[in-house]
Amino acid sequence: MHTAATLPTSPSPSSGSLNVLKMAGLVLISLGLLGILVAAVGADYLSPVMTGLGGTFILTVGALLYIWQSRRQKSPTEQNHGIWQQEATSRGASAWVIGFVLTGFYVLLYWFPDTLQGLIQATEPLSQWLRGRPSDQWFLYGTFYTLAILVMGVYALLKYRNSRYHIIRTISVMFFQLGFAFLLPGLLLMLNKPEYYFSYFWPLKYDYLFPGTVDYLIRDGAALGVFMVFWGAVFSFLATPVLTYFYGKRWYCSWVCGCGGLAETAGDPYRHLSDKSRKAWRWEVATIYPILGFVILTTLFLWINSWSEGRLLGDLSGGFASTYGFFIGAMFSGVIGVGFYPLMGNRVWCRFGCPMAAYLGLLQKHFSRFRISTNGAQCISCGNCSTYCEMGIDVRWYAQQGKPIIRASCVGCGICAHVCPRGVLKLENGPREGRYAGSPLIGRDELRILG
Amino acid sequence: MEKIKADEHLVIIGNGIAGVTLAQRVRQGSDCRITMVSAESRLHFSRTALMYVYMGHMRFQDIVPYADWYWQEQQIELVHDYVERVETGDKKLVMREGVPLHYDKLVLATGSSAAYYDWPGQTLKGVQGLVSLQDLELMEANTAGIAQAVIVGGGLIGVEMAEMLRSRGIAVTMLIRDKLYWHNVLPQEEAQLVTDHIRQHGIELLFQEELQEIVADDAGRVRAIRTRSGQELPCQFVGITTGVQPNVEFLKDAGIDIDRGVLVNEFFETNQPKVYALGDCAQFRNPAPGQPMLEQLWYTGRLQAEALASTLLGDRKPYERGPWFNSAKFFDIEYQTYGTVPAQLAEQHQSLYWQNEEATKAIRLLYDKETARLLGVNLLGIRYRHDLCHHWLQQGYTLHDVMQELPAVNFDPEFFQRYEEALLRQYYTRFPERQPPSKNNTWWELRRRFGLASDTASC
Repeated sequence: MHTAATLPTSPSPSSGSLNVLKMAGLVLISLGLLGILVAAVGADYLSPVMTGLGGTFILTVGALLYIWQSRRQKSPTEQNHGIWQQEATSRGASAWVIGFVLTGFYVLLYWFPDTLQGLIQATEPLSQWLRGRPSDQWFLYGTFYTLAILVMGVYALLKYRNSRYHIIRTISVMFFQLGFAFLLPGLLLMLNKPEYYFSYFWPLKYDYLFPGTVDYLIRDGAALGVFMVFWGAVFSFLATPVLTYFYGKRWYCSWVCGCGGLAETAGDPYRHLSDKSRKAWRWEVATIYPILGFVILTTLFLWINSWSEGRLLGDLSGGFASTYGFFIGAMFSGVIGVGFYPLMGNRVWCRFGCPMAAYLGLLQKHFSRFRISTNGAQCISCGNCSTYCEMGIDVRWYAQQGKPIIRASCVGCGICAHVCPRGVLKLENGPREGRYAGSPLIGRDELRILG
Repeated sequence: MEKIKADEHLVIIGNGIAGVTLAQRVRQGSDCRITMVSAESRLHFSRTALMYVYMGHMRFQDIVPYADWYWQEQQIELVHDYVERVETGDKKLVMREGVPLHYDKLVLATGSSAAYYDWPGQTLKGVQGLVSLQDLELMEANTAGIAQAVIVGGGLIGVEMAEMLRSRGIAVTMLIRDKLYWHNVLPQEEAQLVTDHIRQHGIELLFQEELQEIVADDAGRVRAIRTRSGQELPCQFVGITTGVQPNVEFLKDAGIDIDRGVLVNEFFETNQPKVYALGDCAQFRNPAPGQPMLEQLWYTGRLQAEALASTLLGDRKPYERGPWFNSAKFFDIEYQTYGTVPAQLAEQHQSLYWQNEEATKAIRLLYDKETARLLGVNLLGIRYRHDLCHHWLQQGYTLHDVMQELPAVNFDPEFFQRYEEALLRQYYTRFPERQPPSKNNTWWELRRRFGLASDTASC
């Protein structure tokens, strides 16, 4: 038995205080950003490798130092202190600046990649080492993207350090991004094989089942290419339904997917910004399912066109595909999906646009053992669950009626259960029989939000 | 009793959890006109979540469970006004701003506010309780830029206030009458564990201390407090968290019987016909043996409203609360309780008690020594399934029955370490003749077997 006398009673330092190590972290972050800036604009004067790659390295070290200090200082329950009071995380001026800068970066990346030459040169040695070929804007993007997930993965690990579920899940998204979406595709290029992302599937990676891609993989990749086509098809049509049946859509969206990986790590400070209103839900169903339909139609048209050798549909299907690529692939998933993190939350793309999420969601809603259970009549309607739901689900609506939460959009990140101050929610897989039944200890409304 | 008619007007004063639940349940079974009056806030909000607004976890609009469209579609009228008095003869409410409101049936769900005990200086600037939205706004103003605070009372609101103040870096001292935090509710071990944890979060705890007086500065603001033992503690804020008292002053001349709260029977009927009271403001005339006269909890407010709604809808049922349950959170440590675990364990009480080495988690299963009947469960840092605990207590399970189903009761997240093993080891040491269960029942099997699920499947 412990007694009061044997325990330390050190007061926790106040949340706003800056200690020396935090300050050192901020200095390194600033130096790193300056280095990257110099690489971008001053490549003629200084080696962009030194300034850009060096700057990225210093930025990483500084960010880790700062994150380590600021997150360790707070106990698990203190992690969300002030989120709605600090302007960076409550759509204040700095949030808009970050939003504009991110959006602008995507615009340059997609439509003016030449402007990023300095930064592309900065990653040249890394590209040569990993892929045995020159760097390009996509390699630059992949490097930054992976680094963001790894560094902010540390942030998530510290923030949710009292939960094994979140520790394992965060390590999983870090692993899949680094291994399957960065190192492995690079290695394939090094070996002169087709660049292939084993963690992305049709309909998210819509072109993986387009006839052109299939042809190319089989032609260029030989046996490995055949395996890639086989892998993609099996995951899209067999593994996805089976895994979703057992675990819900979370096996992909918050454990494997790169978009989800970025959302769960770099996007975590913005998760409360998602819109919880009924109107937002109406928008969601009005956009995400048509996009899934669009991908399915495009794919079908391309195959019909391919089989008929272009006689049936002419160039129409190609136009269809490039339209999708521009509006959905580039505009939506990149510019709005990530650029608007600080303004609309970290899952805008996953919620309103991603065809894979739509497909997984239909499976989760109608063909899965997954649900979030509510613990009897314990809910106090506080709203932490709804507030911190990155998908904008009004979790409280169900919890306060003792009902399980079964929603197509739920990515199973588990943060609702984590922030609940009464331990009311639990993600679990159970028999489908009685899946929608709630607790008998509480009365409920018959009203449905979408009506 | 007759069901409320479609042309009748049900007026509810108060839109806390009791008033709101009542309106919702009556609406489900009747087309009568329903009006909810509140001076505090036009929209119902979660009172228990006020602390999260202060700490910046949420905004006020985030602790509002039902948006405007909900009340419109449910045809529940909301009136944001203060009821000056109730005229039961004319069945009329006189309002501060709006026109008088006529009612056919009136439900008083006016809640409570902080209880003061005539301390010298208790009306000074910087001295306050925390119950209402206005209290929260006042606390924002009262704590702006201050360095030290004292909280009087070692209960649940007290520790919430301490957590709020710490989030702004304000030094907090709590005056606690007992020898340990919340020791009038928690047994020794649990109280010790929670006490240590609160201290680790930098809260200064003064035990066996009470407030003597509050000392003012020249501007009429609190400057310090003096304790019963004569200590003077400088502070710029004093939180009064020594319990709550029913909000009933405006009913003085209404001809409604009042003691501490509005006196009601087990149907929530007052002495006036067509007038009911429930929630924090109601007081039972004849509480069942061992039951309190006032139940001032979120959960009981909701349960009472469900019982009264049933009566108003024509199914006259006395209020039976069923096995007790409650929950709270002390900084990082969640607390759940099911059944009855008294603070002072008696001769006939025996328990299986386990806590981890870091003293952040604990489980107590309390049972009767003679009959082995389960009396209650206390949990710190561990979640159990309410539905199953309720079933155990309702069905009069013995400890031996409970042990057969123990692994199914855990509600912790996936991948969390499980501690049932430790509890079972203790159990088999104490009862070596008992055999381990022949098969491990999963929660899903038990849920089906005992029917621990609602029959409606709407979602």
